[in-house]
Amino acid sequence: MAGRHEKDVEYVGDSRVIKRRGGPLTPPDYTEFPGKTEPFYPNFLLKEWMIAVVSLVAFLVLTMAHPSPLEAPANPNDTSYTPLPDWYFFFLYQLLKYEYTSGPYTVVGTILIPGLAFAALLLAPWLDRGPKRRPKDRPVATSLMLLALAAIVFLTWAAVDEHQKHMASQGGGSGAPTVEVSPDAPEGEKIWAKQTTCQGCHGVDLKGSGFAPSLEHVGSNLSQEQIVDIIKNGKGQMPPGQFQGSEEELQKLAEWLAQKK
Amino acid sequence: MFRRIYQWLDERLNIGPLWRDLADHEVPEHVNPAHHFSAFVYCFGGLTFFITVIQILSGMFLTMYYVPDILNAYQSVKYLQNEVAFGVIVRGMHHWGASLVIVMMFLHTLRVFFTGAYKSPREMNWVVGMLLFFVMLGLGFTGYLLPWDQKAYWATQVGVKIAGSVPLIGPYIETFLKGGDVLGAQTLARFFAIHVFFLPGVLLALMGVHFILIRRQGISGPL
Repeated sequence: MAGRHEKDVEYVGDSRVIKRRGGPLTPPDYTEFPGKTEPFYPNFLLKEWMIAVVSLVAFLVLTMAHPSPLEAPANPNDTSYTPLPDWYFFFLYQLLKYEYTSGPYTVVGTILIPGLAFAALLLAPWLDRGPKRRPKDRPVATSLMLLALAAIVFLTWAAVDEHQKHMASQGGGSGAPTVEVSPDAPEGEKIWAKQTTCQGCHGVDLKGSGFAPSLEHVGSNLSQEQIVDIIKNGKGQMPPGQFQGSEEELQKLAEWLAQKK
Repeated sequence: MFRRIYQWLDERLNIGPLWRDLADHEVPEHVNPAHHFSAFVYCFGGLTFFITVIQILSGMFLTMYYVPDILNAYQSVKYLQNEVAFGVIVRGMHHWGASLVIVMMFLHTLRVFFTGAYKSPREMNWVVGMLLFFVMLGLGFTGYLLPWDQKAYWATQVGVKIAGSVPLIGPYIETFLKGGDVLGAQTLARFFAIHVFFLPGVLLALMGVHFILIRRQGISGPL
């Protein structure tokens, strides 16, 4: 695809830098590299596109297998909620939980360590100036990065571990409680096991929490119809419409709860 | 047909050099996974871009339903998730894509670091890449609040408190993020604005610089 102006200038390498300007700005000409080069369009782009499509399919499978979570609406009065940032902030969050990074030393955890790490990363090209590029030939840069990587992995793992232990000791609350239901359990119990929003307040085991009543004996106070009505329309602090599922499943859940006497 | 359109445009705008910059260049063997399978590490940058495009598109569709105020935000997300056709997929793509883009960007950064590709003359592009990383983290932080569910509210509460504990400027950052004294309606409105207008604007500008620099300087040579 040559335009009529193309004849007037001579290009260097893969860029539109014109040859007569030359000088240190000239990008490398890939014909100097060993091996076979390949045109970006269409040959290489097609391969890139194939990789992108494979990634896209994997991504869509993930998306369909795990719908994105949505918990109960924000309740600023509910101070018992155990907050957790998105997973890629775990390491920064966990860093603030150690003796010399918290309390009077908080500034170490919030500014000093992350600040130094990110400054070093930002200025890496000026700190690691030697001409050698192989990781083995620049041991300081390589080992520092490996150390940082290990620290990030460890802190992320520590945050997850701590959160899981905390959740286990609380019995329910937030996070992703895992409920095991035996295959011959009543239909209503199986439906309850999927209602993570309900469990968030009433507990996985129906024992309730600081801000929602226990449901262990709910059947002695309420009939199946009344339970359905409360689930649909809410009551007091309980927001309406938290149930996830069909009308039929809702009835089965209410029937099961009404038997809890 | 396309050739004639191209020629028509080229006669008027001289798009030859532009086309050449965009597509008509050689790809050296050492970055081509078809020649060396280990060169797949060079794909992470492209995949980061690909997922960023998915994030922008899915985000555009999400704003068709999302309402950035504290009374309706949660309900609009719930409606989008449960009632709207393909809403669960669009939101799912945006949700998982947010994590995936961080992963890909992280891998891309490691590839550049361990191949020493940031060395002269490519120092500036490394700095631009680091800024892109910060912008992406900012997008993650502001986007996390928008569904206005318990997780979003309390995580942001903690994040804002950590920002507020910074000496000297901390209280100012906290007020700037909250838009007042409490985490509430003002916060949601400004997180929405930052997430949808400010940061994507910065992101696109930095990505433009990132790509212009790589075309100017070419990809780094084999190790």
